[in-house]
Amino acid sequence: MARIESSFPDFGYLDSLASRDSPIHRLDPRVKLLTTLLFIVCVVSFDRYALSPLLPFAIYPVVLLTLAKLPPGYLLRKLLLASPFALCIGIFNPLFDRAILLHVGSLEISGGWISLASIMLRFVLTVAAALILVASSGFDSLCLALARLGAPAAFVVQLLLLHRYLFVLGDEALRLARARAQRSFGRHGIELPVVASLLAQLLLRTLDRAQRIYLAMKCRGFDGELRLLRPLRIGATDLCFLIGWTAALLCLRFVGPAPMIGRAIGGMSW
Amino acid sequence: MVTRPVVEVSDLRHAYADGTSALRGVSFQVGDGERLAIVGANGAGKSTTLLHLAGCLLPQAGSVRIAGLPLCRDTLAPLRRCVGLLFQNPDDQLFMPRVFDDVAFGPLNLGLPADEVRTRVMHALAVVGATHLAQRQPHRLSGGEKRAVTIAAVLSMSPTILLLDEPTAALDPRSRRQLIELLQTLGQTIIVATHDLDLVLDLCPRTLVLGEGSVIADGASGIILRDEALLAAAHLEKPLRLQSCPVCRGVSGQAASGCHSSNRV
Repeated sequence: MARIESSFPDFGYLDSLASRDSPIHRLDPRVKLLTTLLFIVCVVSFDRYALSPLLPFAIYPVVLLTLAKLPPGYLLRKLLLASPFALCIGIFNPLFDRAILLHVGSLEISGGWISLASIMLRFVLTVAAALILVASSGFDSLCLALARLGAPAAFVVQLLLLHRYLFVLGDEALRLARARAQRSFGRHGIELPVVASLLAQLLLRTLDRAQRIYLAMKCRGFDGELRLLRPLRIGATDLCFLIGWTAALLCLRFVGPAPMIGRAIGGMSW
Repeated sequence: MVTRPVVEVSDLRHAYADGTSALRGVSFQVGDGERLAIVGANGAGKSTTLLHLAGCLLPQAGSVRIAGLPLCRDTLAPLRRCVGLLFQNPDDQLFMPRVFDDVAFGPLNLGLPADEVRTRVMHALAVVGATHLAQRQPHRLSGGEKRAVTIAAVLSMSPTILLLDEPTAALDPRSRRQLIELLQTLGQTIIVATHDLDLVLDLCPRTLVLGEGSVIADGASGIILRDEALLAAAHLEKPLRLQSCPVCRGVSGQAASGCHSSNRV
């Protein structure tokens, strides 16, 4: 249970990163959201054996990370934490797809291994981009951006409440876990009946709280629509960012950097 | 005593879905600008009464009138405008990502123009002394700060009646004192449900004692809070300030000097 205690403050850290200041932080959240979405679509749209065309896309997270002055170590740790999920998706590819696609010297590499590597590469790129998006904008600004871009109100309200009460729920889970540890006298491991009743407790408390929050919202005139009073303005810098990255990403996706570089070098030598 | 009643509760009854009857015929009136304390044991029906006054529950029998309007499904919207309810746990009430958004939540739902909302929010935050918290996230506030912000969030809707459910619970003594001082400066009609009888002594000239869903006593706080038999029947104790000093109790004649010297030791 110590794991809950040590991993929980991390959420708060992601939020505190968002309150820093940098050229990337100052951009309109809508612009960052759209660019990140385009980046993700570009990265996942390659065919399943794609590896080398994906590599140049690393430029996007690297540039943003540097400009936003975010700590790379923290993001790497987060990536590592989420990596088992991606690994689960691709882990059986080498077993099923045994057709040899590549010879490196005497080493024969099957399609399965290549597609697994491709999945992991896509995972690193897309999740890094998403993490950078949240760390440089803040969760609530992103929800606002979603609302302004026309996402359904119910969806945005759910996301906002999820983020707000993640901390409250986390505290509650922490208290339950401590209360359990207090009386389990150092016994480790997962005792299923105990965990089940802890989870049930948590669910019941959450339902109660949801009821009270709903009452509190009704008392202040909530009618299903969330109104936020925050000015969002897209300026010249925002437009440059959006247009610049859209052009760059589309180039990487459809033209590929190799012919461009080749042409450039060729042009110089002639 | 009661001038123009803004709250009229008559023979209010309520039973929860599991059959527990929470209110068995409660009647009282509250005048404009009056400050009333509702006290009683756990489960006496304090919170249920407040939830009715806020329009969160509808009367199953009996009636509730607020500012002359009877409480029913059709009048909920106008009634909620003039009543502000403070929940016991501030976390239930601070659901927006930033303090500013939370205080602006009510006024924005009233459909006020943006400038008016901004003025109201900053004014409400200034009243509770929380202007510097405007851009903070609610989960990073202290208990006292959360309480102050929930009051601002309710004040920004300019209600005429404030309902407070255990406002001093889980506050440290200094935050509690600041809260009491703040509440004393407000001009609204205030109804407080609480176990903190010292708070009642400071804030509310009138006290209503509930026991097992009915009114046991209703009258001046100064008299009710001295009535030990009545308080005991309602599972309460005399406010600490009205109890004799535990140190000098029994030392007749030299109470004051005895008390002071032992405090210094």
